[in-house]
Formats: sequence, C-alpha cells, structure tokens
Amino acid sequence: MAQYELRCRECGRSWGNQPRSVCDECFSPLEITYDYDAIRGSIAQGTFTPEGIAQRPPNMWRYAELLPLPAGFEPRLPVGFTPFFKAPRLAARLAGTNDAKTAAKNLFLKNDAVCLPTLSFKDRVVAVALANAQAFGFDTVACSSTGNLANAVAAHAARLGLKAWIFIPPDLEPAKILGTQVFGANVVRIAGNYDQVNRLCSQIAEERRWGFVNVNLRPYYAEGSKTVGFEIAEQLGWRLPDNVVVPMAGGSLITKIKKAFDELIKLGLVEEKPVKFFGAQATGCSPISTAVKTGSAEIDPQKPATIARSLAIGNPADGHYAIKTIKQSGGWSEDVSDPEVIDSIRLLAETEGIFTETAGGVTVGTAGKLYRQDRILPEETTVLCITGNGLKTTDVLAGVYEIERPIAPKLAEFEKYLHETLDTVEIAKEAAASVGA
Amino acid sequence: MAITVQIPTALRRHTAGVGSIACAATNLGELFSVLDEKFPELKPHLRDEAGQVRRFLNIYVNEEDIRFLGGPGYIFSDGDEVLLVPSIAGGAR
Repeated sequence: MAQYELRCRECGRSWGNQPRSVCDECFSPLEITYDYDAIRGSIAQGTFTPEGIAQRPPNMWRYAELLPLPAGFEPRLPVGFTPFFKAPRLAARLAGTNDAKTAAKNLFLKNDAVCLPTLSFKDRVVAVALANAQAFGFDTVACSSTGNLANAVAAHAARLGLKAWIFIPPDLEPAKILGTQVFGANVVRIAGNYDQVNRLCSQIAEERRWGFVNVNLRPYYAEGSKTVGFEIAEQLGWRLPDNVVVPMAGGSLITKIKKAFDELIKLGLVEEKPVKFFGAQATGCSPISTAVKTGSAEIDPQKPATIARSLAIGNPADGHYAIKTIKQSGGWSEDVSDPEVIDSIRLLAETEGIFTETAGGVTVGTAGKLYRQDRILPEETTVLCITGNGLKTTDVLAGVYEIERPIAPKLAEFEKYLHETLDTVEIAKEAAASVGA
Repeated sequence: MAITVQIPTALRRHTAGVGSIACAATNLGELFSVLDEKFPELKPHLRDEAGQVRRFLNIYVNEEDIRFLGGPGYIFSDGDEVLLVPSIAGGAR
C-alpha cells in the first residue's frame, strides 16, 4: 500500500492525512505526495512492474501503489480498466480523406462511457474518495455535482452503506437526477448554477462533519483520475501517446493524467517522451480554453450556457493548473458549439458504435478542430478520453430523430415503406444486393 | 452604511475565532484595510507578497462572485454580505 501525505502545492507545508483540501497558511490547494522510494522498492521486488501488474485483476486497484489508499483497504467494487481501442472510422472522418489511412492507425479511444458502476470516469475518483471517507470515520458523504459525480457518489455510498447528500443545479438531465435518487441518496436541488452549488457546499462542509468528496476529500478524490492515465499507458503497451484530448470542467482530469504519466516516467515504468495535452470545452462554458487561446494564465469566470451540462463549470477550481499543463506541454485548447456537440455525438456513434454524452461530443468535436488546425497530426498517436455515457443525456437528441409510424406486419407493407423511405439510388442498390444474395 | 463580512472557519484562528464582522467599507480595497487593522495576522493569508488577492480566495457579494460585479471596482451597498471562500482545487502540478 502506498505511503503518502497531503502537501501544500504552493508553500510546500505538510499536512499529514486528514479531510482537508486547503492550506491554512496560504489558502492554496493541497495535493497527495508519495514516498516514491518505497514504490521503487515494490518495483525492485517485481510486484509493481508491467509483468506484476498484468497478473492483477483488470480494474483500477491494480495501481494501488500510486493511489492514496488507507492501510487495510479492501476494494468493494471493480472500478475502471475500461476499453481502449483504435478508432479508424472516426479517424478517417476527423483527419480528412488525404490523411485518413495514417490517422486510422494512430487514433485511440479511452472509453469511460462504460466505466462501472455508473458509466462515467467519476467512478474512479469516488472510489478513492470513499475509501478515505471510511478511514476518516465519516458515516455521511456528499458532493456538489453536474450529474456524473452525483451518480457515482450515490452508488458507491449505497454499496458501502454510507449516507449520501447530493447537491445539484436544478437543470440537470432527468436521467442523471433519477440515476442518483435510485440509490437512496438525498438529492438537494439548488436554484443556482454549479459554481453557486459548489460555493454553498464549501460552506456546508465547514458546518457539518460530512465527507464532501470534492471539498474536504478533494485531494484524495482527485488522485483517482490518475488511473485514466495509468491505463492509457498500460493499454498502449507501457508507452505514452503523443497527444491526449481531454474534456475539461473543473480542469482536474487533464492535470491528473499528466501527473500519472510523470509518475510512470519517474518510476521507469515507461520511457520518457513529450506528450501534448489538449483540453476540450463547450463554447458556452469555455473559461479554460478562452484563457489558453488568449494567452492568459488566469481564469476569467463565465456564466455557463451550454447543453454540455457535465462540463458547465464557469469558475473551474483547477483552471489555473489546467492552463499550465496545456501550455507547458505544447498543447492547445479548443471549444465547440452546442450543434457541433450533437453532430459529434452522432459521428462517434455512427463511426465507432459508442454512444457518449455531451462531454464526449465536446471531446470528439474539439479533436476534429485540432486535426483541421494541424495541431494534431495524423501520424501522431492520439488518445481521446470519452468520459461519460450517452444514455444519461438523451434529452439533447430530442427532435433529432423522427419517431416512425408503425407499419402493418406484412411483406407488401414493408416493400411499400422501403419505396417511400429510400431514394431511387438506394432502391437500385438494395435490389442489386438482394439479387446478388 | 454597513456591510457584513463572513470569515471562513479555516481563517478564524487568525481572527481570535471571530466569524463575522460589520464595517463601513465601500469597496474591496477598503474592506481589506479594515481587516488588516482589526486582524493583522490575517493579511498574509488573504494577499500575496505583491499585495494581490490570493489566487485561491474567492470573494462573493450576496452569493455572486465579485468578478461578475466588476471586481475590485464594485461599490458596496448598504446591507451587502461579503463571503470569503477558498477555491477548492486539487489537480496536479
């Protein structure tokens, strides 16, 4: 098990292990640091090596040495180790016809739309946060959420027998609200945007002895995101990609994938190489991409107005660090409009058979822009992080597809239907195919 | 004219436990001067060496982020409630 403690990211003061996310000295965020020498010991013994890790169960706990897990922790849920694969048909569409073949060999998807148990990457962060909530003796856990985190906290709390209080903006997708309530969590709708909900939770966390996963447990919670990075490296055969495209809400995930890659390099588990980090946002809530594009090091907060509600954070807590990660890597950040988000959800579904939520549409749409801008080249190994499931945001596709009139169960009716539905070229092709068969 | 300022728990050890004060400051600069005078130990926690408000300190007026109200140029109204709330980050270096 890892040896770790909290340390202030700015002034370096050590805070041991406790439910706390802010340094009292300088108000800066705390972060988990590890005893990397102890981890090198595990590598020397052959337990934490590519071969050793390969023997472990296929879930995120295979990287326990690099996670803040309390002594005696026993995983109760097999979270993570989600599918990772090439996306040739999507690549052909994103890169354009001239480069289609090259891009097809080099574009990969990391598919957390099927992360268990609640179908988003938030299961990873919650798994680590609640392991620590239990160790700190909390019987109640809580969060502010744009939806996916709500689902994850509620489900994991149910599994562990903890009480859950979930604070959400009032306009979340119905599936995300239902997908929280079903686990028996207390859901509180706040008449404000996410940033207001989050600020309220900071105040509640001062008053109640609750484990807020993204307030007083945040340093532990955030470490769970690293497992996306560990898995990408392992699934690429213990090497790093050239580019990663990551959706950004609070801005934590992109910085944690970077931390994961840095740790693997530091421990000699992968060869050092430059990786460019690309951040994706919706234009209607783009404080981080705006800062990157205008060359600012600081966030100018925005009032979110986008269908990508899971990314609708106008004052991203980790925005400053996300900007730094992107700029220092030589990457870039882009944003896409709501219609582009919908087109991109459909593009991913139609080319690769993956139904992602709006955040995934943002990532795919942004990747397309980056290919068109030549910021991502077809010959570069590029990974798109798909972080959530489309079944949770079906409301944004309302009106996109017609509801078909039912036809009588007769062959003649179907033939008539075909003639009414398909155009003449398609009918000719159909006929040829039928004869050929 | 009077406004109220709420001090977060994390900083109350620098205010001898005081969680809230009333004052007559008309803008953010004046408010910091009042806090500096009343609680000299608090100053380095709110502003950095260059005198800038610390990056991870968010300031709200009546639940609205002061940056949406014009930032330091915002003129307080009678009865305004000012909240100092740490921004909860937790990414990586």
